[in-house]
Amino acid sequence: MTLNVVEIPTNVVRHLDLYRQDWDNFVAAQASNGVATNPVNEFRNVGWREFERVGFPIHRRGNELWKYTDLRGIDRAEFRSGSRSKTFDRNELAAKIPLPSEWQNLVFVDGRLDRSHSDSVGQQAGVRFDSVSSFADLGKLAQCADNAFVSLNSAFLDDGIFVDVDAGGFANKPIHLVFVTTEFDDGHRAVYPRVAASIGSGAEAMLIETHVSISDAAHLSAPVVEISLADDASLKHYRAQLDNENSYHFATTRVKQSSGSNYQSSSFSIGCSIGRNDVFTHLAGEHAVSTLHGVYLTTNRQHQDNEISTTHLAPHCTSDQYYKGILSGRSRAVFSGKITVERGAQKTDASQKDLNLLLSHGAEVDTKPSLEIYADDVKCGHGATAGYVDEDTLFYLQSRGVDYDTAQAMLIRGFAAEIISEFGDDTLREFLENQLDELMPVLQIASDTIGTA
Amino acid sequence: MTTQERLTISRESQLEDSGYKWGFTTDIEMEMAPKGVNADIVRLISGKKDEPEWMLEWRLKAFEYWNGLQLQDAEPRWAKLRYPEIDYQDIYYYAAPKSQDDAPKSLDEVDPEMLETFDKLGIPLHERERLAGVAVDAVFDSVSVATTYADQLEERGIIFCSFTEAVQKHPELVQKYLGSVVPYTDNFFAALNSAVFSDGSFVYIPPGVRCPIELMTYFRINTEGTGQFERTLIVADEGAYVSYLEGCTAPIRRTSQLHAAVVELVSLDRGEIKYSTIQNWYPGTKDGQGGVYNFVTKRGITGNDAKISWTQVETGSAITWKYPSVILRGDNSVGEFYSVALANNYQQADTGTKMIHIGKNTKSTIVSKGISAGHGENTYRGGVKILPGAENATNHTQCDSLLVGDQCGAHTVPYIEVRNPTARLEHEASTSKVSDEQLFYLMARGISEEDAHHMIITGWSRDVINELPFEFALEAGQLLKVSLEGAVG
Repeated sequence: MTLNVVEIPTNVVRHLDLYRQDWDNFVAAQASNGVATNPVNEFRNVGWREFERVGFPIHRRGNELWKYTDLRGIDRAEFRSGSRSKTFDRNELAAKIPLPSEWQNLVFVDGRLDRSHSDSVGQQAGVRFDSVSSFADLGKLAQCADNAFVSLNSAFLDDGIFVDVDAGGFANKPIHLVFVTTEFDDGHRAVYPRVAASIGSGAEAMLIETHVSISDAAHLSAPVVEISLADDASLKHYRAQLDNENSYHFATTRVKQSSGSNYQSSSFSIGCSIGRNDVFTHLAGEHAVSTLHGVYLTTNRQHQDNEISTTHLAPHCTSDQYYKGILSGRSRAVFSGKITVERGAQKTDASQKDLNLLLSHGAEVDTKPSLEIYADDVKCGHGATAGYVDEDTLFYLQSRGVDYDTAQAMLIRGFAAEIISEFGDDTLREFLENQLDELMPVLQIASDTIGTA
Repeated sequence: MTTQERLTISRESQLEDSGYKWGFTTDIEMEMAPKGVNADIVRLISGKKDEPEWMLEWRLKAFEYWNGLQLQDAEPRWAKLRYPEIDYQDIYYYAAPKSQDDAPKSLDEVDPEMLETFDKLGIPLHERERLAGVAVDAVFDSVSVATTYADQLEERGIIFCSFTEAVQKHPELVQKYLGSVVPYTDNFFAALNSAVFSDGSFVYIPPGVRCPIELMTYFRINTEGTGQFERTLIVADEGAYVSYLEGCTAPIRRTSQLHAAVVELVSLDRGEIKYSTIQNWYPGTKDGQGGVYNFVTKRGITGNDAKISWTQVETGSAITWKYPSVILRGDNSVGEFYSVALANNYQQADTGTKMIHIGKNTKSTIVSKGISAGHGENTYRGGVKILPGAENATNHTQCDSLLVGDQCGAHTVPYIEVRNPTARLEHEASTSKVSDEQLFYLMARGISEEDAHHMIITGWSRDVINELPFEFALEAGQLLKVSLEGAVG
């Protein structure tokens, strides 16, 4: 008697030989630098073997995780790693994103920490920065199994960054991790940034993660972030994904929360040709709180995929998933939310919502807010909506002398503001508001809903 | 032809099966084809029914397609269901009451054992004892044994008969609509059904006719080791209306039985079909042995201004895999889905609906109530698709789950795909348990805990049960109560 098990088909990577060549070179270079210790080497081997086995998930039949996102373009393209990064001026970067002196700015160029562009470290009491390999749970939260992007990232594991906040510590400066991808000489660049953060008991910190391209060249970016929150630890984690519109971005965030910890994540995604924000939080201790919020704006032919998952393992935890999307042109967005309440996780309070504003014919949203519940004394709710800018509201504004474009912009801005206002740093929030304003004409040009409906 | 030794487990000897009062078996001489399925079995079934060449060809094409899927091991596995591998060669695909060979001309000629069976089930085949205003087609192990009221219906031009009869008497209608909503290539189980279906019901309501009485088919699996593969086709022509009811039961068996049905509804311009189901197949023992594996494909398609409404109360089956759907093709058409699904003991249900909006101003409503108790697993899986041409489509979905006990599971997996910006969609869901305050309030008024639970659960399901025709609503309430026995208190 065999039981039915869903088998995810494996895929052969079209340019596996190129990835292998780059990986061999990478491993050899690490060895010659004398930085390749055995455990790290084995970690890379495991990643490579799994990538080789699982491949990119291009066969989507029966694969719920990739139901709405087509990766054949990524499999076809040749993404290379290893060549020297293009140099750029710090001002060039500062024109694109905020780098205020009130923040601890750490700039990673093509996945490696660039000290010349970064603020000097070590000035904050209770906060230490180290190589990611010193993180005790490395690879335990973000596991390679069946995951092409985590596997690739692990195979190409470099120094990355480990943010270690002591128990009771308070990081008074927001820690700003900037991931810059530069142009590749011939072909497309692949980068694999790796971040780990450990927030000690009762400690508090703010982590800002910014992804940006320095040119318009296509690239593949597969960052992996692993976060562990000890008892009563608190982390605000803000994420701005601003990669150029030709690139591919597959981000994996894995969070483990102990009792009484509070993880608050807000994400802002406007970049990429195909972008994916894959977040998974484990509530392992009682009274933990997990807030996963985000806003995604897509235009032209962009594709943004949000894979948001929360698992309640312990009783008395609270979780909240809330994503909002604004879509125009022929763009497409996906929200695939999941809340799992394991047996025994009684008194769970979980909510899940995905609201979408469709501005044009040709745009598509696929939303799948799902619940999996194995405990009876819980409060779980979810909701999803899709619709267009409310005509009555538009009419109301127009009847008061606000012109059509301005009224529409007001409503779009208002829709996004609910999430943007939650970014708990003034500089960052203003920056994101400006990003939205800059994008507004593009959203509106592609909009054909209003007036035709 | 073989006859089979049967293991009869009566209710008396299996006290753990308290509650399933439909679990008796009937000793009727059966005619059976050898176990297993192949092209010859398909030919045999077709031959038994004296079917025309086109019907046999269609079955054989379906079989070829299914066989291809089976060789690729393409049985669907995406549902949240766990069950042992089904051995498709260990099933009888044809079992018919022997007396069917010299087909009864009237009810008087129907095997008295059979009449007794349906009497026990509370399904009156004798018209003098009829349930007021309901015409019944009784299907016993996939073969239609009796249809009541056929003459009166005929006067209005309404056709209500067994599928076999329809193939003989109304081939032009069957050929036109068979497979038009669920083609044999639709899915694994639909393909299997298309190859081996033995009987079922056929309904045709002519233009402008409102069917004056409820039409009902009662399905009964009797013989052990048989699969039941019936096929229902209902056509409401322009401006026609019909309300159709479907009920099902099976004897208590240690081994599992396979049921793979297909239902196709065609509601032409301004037509309306209301389809109600009470599914009460044998759910298996309390420790999860036996029970019916229910893999059903149900789908309807609408013309302009037409309406299709599905209402289901699912209390039976060990495994339920069922997604009654509506393709809203016509402009201004309406699709509805009301469901109560209950999974107690070790039952597993993965059920929901799919609303596909193609026409302009199409509207769909989904109300799903899932009750999980014991070790039951209940999954709502629903799809709402708004295609680019569906201007101003609206959907409202509400799916609520109720958990009774801490060993069960309740899951919600909605898929919402929107490709038109003028669509308005709302999906909301909640999960709850029977609150202690509500229980206390009722018990303080002298109501026993079990009755209080029952009242609360029935009240919670009312939005759906109210959609059922009156007699069915009563039965549904009773079924919920019986099915939940032992789960509360």
